[in-house]
Amino acid sequence: MNPVLRTLPLMRSCKEAASLMVAREDRPLTRTERWALRLHLSLCKACPNFEGQVLTMRQAMKQWRNDSDHG
Amino acid sequence: MNAAAPPLEPPFDQLVAQQRPYLMKFARLQLRNDVWAEDAVSDALLAALARPQAFAGRSQLKTWLVGILKHKIIDALRQHQREVCLAPASDDDRADPLEHMAFRADGHFAEAPADWGNPEQDLSRDQFFAVLEACTDKLPPVQGRLFLMREWLELSSDEICKALALTPTNLYVQLHRARLRLRECLELNWFGIR
Repeated sequence: MNPVLRTLPLMRSCKEAASLMVAREDRPLTRTERWALRLHLSLCKACPNFEGQVLTMRQAMKQWRNDSDHG
Repeated sequence: MNAAAPPLEPPFDQLVAQQRPYLMKFARLQLRNDVWAEDAVSDALLAALARPQAFAGRSQLKTWLVGILKHKIIDALRQHQREVCLAPASDDDRADPLEHMAFRADGHFAEAPADWGNPEQDLSRDQFFAVLEACTDKLPPVQGRLFLMREWLELSSDEICKALALTPTNLYVQLHRARLRLRECLELNWFGIR
């Protein structure tokens, strides 16, 4: 990785990125968090899959909620 | 020729009573306390019977009752706010919830998270929702209550903090743990074994 990118927030840690993707379900991210996450996702091969999992869970809970409400 | 007699509808009280097991399932899942759940469902059924004119067949009976139940459950959560967030200390409180996913020392995934595939395809399957419900039920009580307040009662984080006198940090930590546990459970019991 380009040494400059390595100094940016989140660039070194999928763990931090995963933490933000989970937090995003319950609180708005700050501008800086949003930007850093976006950059991380654009450069990381593994994290987009994790994002897909979080979105799948969001969609699943929504459908479960609708089913439960309407029987 | 005589018009056919309209099919006999059971009295409203009985139609409402028939929905009780369904309502109990969700009350238990959300409240994690059988006594609170029974009380909330009874409150909901009594409220429904007190104003049958409010139903007026505009929606499904079940939908109408679930709507009433949700209000009664929020009342119960407020009423028991201290106990709702009281959990016996467990190993889970100290563990880093992300530890369940393997990371290398440098913070990268040791193994890339799996591609969970096309949700539209999977989510239409009843079996998936049975697993999802079982995984939700397996969350520790405090995590489960807070998680379903977000996902079933659709309360905002602010509303939950207010209702339970919780700090945002405390709430986020619990929700974070709940979401990661749910992820792990789904991976183990559904997505990983397809």
